[in-house]
Amino acid sequence: MMGTIFGIPPQALFGQLLLGLINGSFYALLSLGLAVIFGMLNVINFAHGALYMMGAFVAWLLLTQLGIGYWWALLLAPLVVGLFGVVLEKTLLSRLYKLDHLYGLLLTFGLALIVEGAFRHQYGVSGQPYPIPDALKGGQNLGFMFLPNYRGWVVVASLIVCISTWIAIEKTKLGAYLRAATENPVLVQAFGINVPRMITLTYAFGVALAGLAGVLAAPIYQVSPLMGSNLIIVVFAVVVIGGMGSILGAVLTGYGLGLLEGLTKVFYPEASNIVVFVIMAVVLMIKPAGLFGRER
Amino acid sequence: MIARLLAGAALAALTIGVASTGPALAQQGKLSGDMVKIGVLNDRSGLYADLGGEGSVIAARMAAEEFGNKILGKPIEIISADHQNKPDIGANLARQWIDQDGVDVIVDVPNSGVALAVQEVTKEKKKIFLMEGPATSRLTGDACSPTGFHWPYDTHALAVGTGQAMVKEGGDSWFFITADYAFGHQLEADTSVEVKKAGGKVVGSVKAPLNSADFSSFLLQAQASGAKIVGLANAGGDTITSIKQASEFGLTQGGQQKLAGLLIFLSDVHALGLQVAQDLVLTTGFYWDRDDESRAWSKKFFDRYGKMPTMVQAGSYSAVRHYLKAIEAAGTDDGPAVAAKMKEMPVNDMFAKNGTILPNGRMVHDMYLARVKKPSESKGAWDYYQILRTIPGKEAFASLEESGCKLPK
Repeated sequence: MMGTIFGIPPQALFGQLLLGLINGSFYALLSLGLAVIFGMLNVINFAHGALYMMGAFVAWLLLTQLGIGYWWALLLAPLVVGLFGVVLEKTLLSRLYKLDHLYGLLLTFGLALIVEGAFRHQYGVSGQPYPIPDALKGGQNLGFMFLPNYRGWVVVASLIVCISTWIAIEKTKLGAYLRAATENPVLVQAFGINVPRMITLTYAFGVALAGLAGVLAAPIYQVSPLMGSNLIIVVFAVVVIGGMGSILGAVLTGYGLGLLEGLTKVFYPEASNIVVFVIMAVVLMIKPAGLFGRER
Repeated sequence: MIARLLAGAALAALTIGVASTGPALAQQGKLSGDMVKIGVLNDRSGLYADLGGEGSVIAARMAAEEFGNKILGKPIEIISADHQNKPDIGANLARQWIDQDGVDVIVDVPNSGVALAVQEVTKEKKKIFLMEGPATSRLTGDACSPTGFHWPYDTHALAVGTGQAMVKEGGDSWFFITADYAFGHQLEADTSVEVKKAGGKVVGSVKAPLNSADFSSFLLQAQASGAKIVGLANAGGDTITSIKQASEFGLTQGGQQKLAGLLIFLSDVHALGLQVAQDLVLTTGFYWDRDDESRAWSKKFFDRYGKMPTMVQAGSYSAVRHYLKAIEAAGTDDGPAVAAKMKEMPVNDMFAKNGTILPNGRMVHDMYLARVKKPSESKGAWDYYQILRTIPGKEAFASLEESGCKLPK
């Protein structure tokens, strides 16, 4: 028997760290979408959790009503949620850009309650089961723990999405337009770029990310109307810690806090659902713009 | 001296008067507000909404309909509200219902925390409280009330049923994953006692915050503990998530470890699906497919609600029916008088056979140890349980002495 680290065998610790990374993947994906939306639109999108839930439900409906499986759902569900986002942005959100952030927050919060209420009314709260796709059933024995294949896939998928989003925004021409449009929309429009359409598409992309996270989550969690509201508060804390609008910050903080939460579950499980908020309070006191944020 | 004599004479006259005019009063129908008003108070939107919720309201309505929606010639009215799992909201609603809206009886109230708060209100106001949703055995223990009734199950019965059965089958070492609030702690404590009594031991436990999204970390700790049984001392959405993720992490595949769901409702099994829930052993106060009578009633319930009843919903029907029968017998809806009648009469309906009610309000009836069927054994939707054993009521529930309830004389 090897030694122990703070009373925990190292094998157990590795297992918990890996689990933390998996949960961090969801935090990263969701906070990425929030950060993109906040960075480009200056809207605090409280409906993010509801749209994540919607992504999971679209996947479930595709499977049970139309017999369309997981892999197509990965593509179709984000599209459906993205389209819903286009409608929201065009009809409601676009009217609020001139006003204070608070109005966007209140509107999206109200929308979240409506969407969740509608699903709850229709499907109840216990949720619906969604099977793990056949190709990803089973798991690997890593020696220190049993890793379900599906969880491994979630980490890979989320890493790919996060990295490509970051590249698209920081390293491509389209990304440069986007960033320029947030700094000075009038000037960018003067160059002949359709800024309102760009904003609409950005919002659609941000919420499509939430929809994608919903599909990824469906086989792990119960597809339930409450799944979004359970998660969204933590994700907001992640974005605040990372720095509002900082894409890299959101992703790194997402993974980091997942790890930290995993450790808390070993050493002091009772505190595992508040540790993120404790860190948020500390960060806000020391560095109010967040770990990766810029002071404005 | 004369005053005391007069008072004595008056009292005697009153007693005789009441005794002789009792039946006459019953015919007139001595009901407060000229009606019986039933208030169903439960979680209608949160994690416990599916196990009670609107289903409990429908069940209460079905009981009232058996009486033609009339009792002693006066109407029966049923109202409902959402306590949002918050004890302060629950207690306030109960107070408002009783003080302003003329509610005579409060029904269901899942969530032990809220039920304990409402019990205080009904005790003070001397109103009947019929509890189907909450679990903690404290409601007929140190927090008992002369007008409180606890119906389908409690933590003690769950512990006796599932705890003892698992130890008998060789599951003699336990690790608990416990919901970190009053109910979870009580369930873990009650089960630990039964496990030790049966010769088993508890090797550890972890307290998981209520409504955790991810249980894999706790499950991994359970796996590492090497215990033969992983006891889930949680409920509703938390139980569903832990069972689903236990199957994902192959907790039970090797055969060294078994899951014991200490509180599992039919709605949980329905949500999980048999593929995931198969072979779980659980204790329940009611299963719809028990005999012809329970099947017939459940079919009627299904036609109205679209789901088969949980033990909470079936219990709501049974308790409300018994309550209404007691009003008929007592000829009044006065709380203490009805409570006394309820405790005199046996409970015989599709829910319970020869149920008896202890002075502390515990309705003692048979419980059932059940196993969740494999998908191949199930004949179709809602064919979920195989009953392994009927646990006699006296064995399942604590006696009055054991309960620790002290009622004022």
